[in-house]
Amino acid sequence: MNRIQPRRLVRQIGLLGVLSVTAVAVLSGCSSGSSDSSDGGRGFSEAKQDKNSTITVWVDATRVPAVKAFEKANPSIKVKTVTYDGSANGSNSFKTKMALYDRAGKGWPDVVFSSQNNDAAWATQKVAGKQSFAARLDKGLVPEGTLSGFSKGALNPCTVDGGVYCLRNDLAQTVLWYDNSLLKKFGYAVPKTWEEYQALGEKVAKEHPGYIVGSVGDTWTPEVFMWSSKCQANDVTDIRSVTVKTDSTECKRAASMLDTLVANKSLTKLSVFTPDFVKTYTGKVLMMPGPAWFAGAIFNNPESLNVPKGRLGVAAPLAWDGDSAVAGNVGGGTWFISSHSKNLANSAKFAEFVTTDDAYQVNLAPGYPAFSAAADKWVAKQESSGYYATDLSGLLKAGGLVWDGWGFPSFSQEAIWAKTITPLVSSGKSIEENLGTWGTAIKNQAKVNGYQVND
Amino acid sequence: MTTAQSAGSETPSRPAATDDNGIPKEAVSVNRDRKRRQRSIGAVFVAPYAVFMLAFGVLPALYAIYLALTDANGGFTPTANFSKVIDDFRFFAAARHVAFFLVIWLGALLVLVVFLAIVVHAIRSRWLSGTARLFFYLPGALAGASSVMLWLFVLDPVASPAGPLLRALGWDTFTNVIQPSHLPLIFAIIAFWTGAGGWIIVMYGALNNISTEIMEAARIDGANPFQVAIHIQLPLLRKWIAYMAVLSLATGTQLFIEPSLLSQASNAVVPNDYSLNQLAYQYAFDLNDFNGSAAISVMLLVVALLLSAVFVAKGGLFDTEDV
Repeated sequence: MNRIQPRRLVRQIGLLGVLSVTAVAVLSGCSSGSSDSSDGGRGFSEAKQDKNSTITVWVDATRVPAVKAFEKANPSIKVKTVTYDGSANGSNSFKTKMALYDRAGKGWPDVVFSSQNNDAAWATQKVAGKQSFAARLDKGLVPEGTLSGFSKGALNPCTVDGGVYCLRNDLAQTVLWYDNSLLKKFGYAVPKTWEEYQALGEKVAKEHPGYIVGSVGDTWTPEVFMWSSKCQANDVTDIRSVTVKTDSTECKRAASMLDTLVANKSLTKLSVFTPDFVKTYTGKVLMMPGPAWFAGAIFNNPESLNVPKGRLGVAAPLAWDGDSAVAGNVGGGTWFISSHSKNLANSAKFAEFVTTDDAYQVNLAPGYPAFSAAADKWVAKQESSGYYATDLSGLLKAGGLVWDGWGFPSFSQEAIWAKTITPLVSSGKSIEENLGTWGTAIKNQAKVNGYQVND
Repeated sequence: MTTAQSAGSETPSRPAATDDNGIPKEAVSVNRDRKRRQRSIGAVFVAPYAVFMLAFGVLPALYAIYLALTDANGGFTPTANFSKVIDDFRFFAAARHVAFFLVIWLGALLVLVVFLAIVVHAIRSRWLSGTARLFFYLPGALAGASSVMLWLFVLDPVASPAGPLLRALGWDTFTNVIQPSHLPLIFAIIAFWTGAGGWIIVMYGALNNISTEIMEAARIDGANPFQVAIHIQLPLLRKWIAYMAVLSLATGTQLFIEPSLLSQASNAVVPNDYSLNQLAYQYAFDLNDFNGSAAISVMLLVVALLLSAVFVAKGGLFDTEDV
């Protein structure tokens, strides 16, 4: 091997260093954002507006028809569509990308659809003194008449400190789905309370093993069972404070019910979106508490359970004995307008159209519309299809029953449940005995996300 | 990263290039010119690498150090970011996960790779040796993330060709297979499967480089294959083993792809903050705290550098033989 003289080596490296730094500086260039901003009286400082500029909208694949419907209705408005994952399954891509644009000081889209409920919690907060992403909507950007037309509580995930920062696409209230034909065949009645539901589950396990009354295999299990039991695990009381109490009677009764029904196998541990679930339980789902979108995603879906026409029934949320019935909620998308948009007028027009207009929400939307007028028409349309064995009044009723003691913090309750409770359930351990573990995990996560935690 | 860096770097020097006594003066000056030319050509070859290393290695590292020592507004806070991330309840858990993984993986790598390379090298049959090397190398030919994707299927008892085996072990669902206590072993197996083959080829090359005279001499002295391995091959492989350890350590501390993909595939049952690198990612993109993220990265860098220094010193990696 050749020996290289140390001094020469140092000189060469030094020369290379200078050359490369120059090269990098030239390649990357210097960008300085010009800020032509003014206060438009809407609660944030606005970029210089250009009424003819193209608006860029980010949607997931399911929402592409919404953009198409808008373009058809408004051919003069230029729209650029960017398809992304909708921030689904905890990918956080909405937040991640906006954080990068915040650092770059440019590049934000004008309107963004998110399939999550916890985006307002970060999109309304300044980072390092920079303007927050979400434009405030209730100070003139979206008319009061439109905002008040949403179902009661529908804008809760969008409301931070009294201000409204997004429009809700669809509601995801939980109801009790059931197979009417199977129930009749077995001679069972539709339960009215969770106690009756549990008793039915125990009966099914004895009399018809192999049939199920629900699933605990998905990350939204706490939102279906704990939320609708008024378990105070996620009570966001202020912008950055949360009350977490997982040792209450409300939490214990739901946990104990889950333990019993998981042990006797009338609740499956499989996720409803696994091939294994479809293989094992097609034709064997007697009932299933779950969100509104289960209808299209699981029951009336040839790729999934494919329940035939005339069998699927829906009941309003169940109550616990001596308590009022409330619903949980699993998702339901939201539309955000960027506070950095150069075309706020058209962006607002777009967001209003896709959330309220019949052309999308009634004719095309797969989920239960958050906008009341559209929801009524959507339900009427679904009923007239003749698919359901019952009317959909249970769904309508649940829409107004979503319990408001479960909040929308910036962290994901689903992710916490998945990593702390799912492995325990999977290995046959009790949820009730581990409510403390769950509570600690929530508190820890809340703290690192900057929340003040109250017991 | 594998074959190009193999033992082939020690090009056989031509007789004319050596400075032996008794060579005419003109020859020495010609020799010097050639050396100079070789050096400048060498610089040209190294230059593109140096530019990219500065742009994507050194400068980002310096930027990370700057971020770690400042707050979001650029104010100098030498310790705040570090104490913040160390106080995070996830920090020591993540550090423990990475440490477990490293112990299993590096251990397996050091022992098995050297053992397999020596075994393959000892195979006399040409086609069998060739087939074995190809067989070892194949998994490494799949790019990082795609090979992890393959493992998603292998680990799911419903889809896995090893399904019966997994069920025999009592794991009948994907969630059962990926219980938290199984994860370090699972990640180590995935990483070994994807990375070990390349290293076996490197070690094989290094073994080929051991002069046949020494091997011959050992054999004539009556050493059996085991003694040859222990007393001749292992000591001469020392540098290569250290080299493998240093590079693998750097990769291993940055455990990211395996847990990230498994986290997505399991809908977060494998947490998205399992490893230190994932935690750094969470800081940057979940908490929007690039400074905290940089603090974790800098700590990782320091630990990896310290451990590498140990391997370099013990393995004699920077010793030059022909001074």
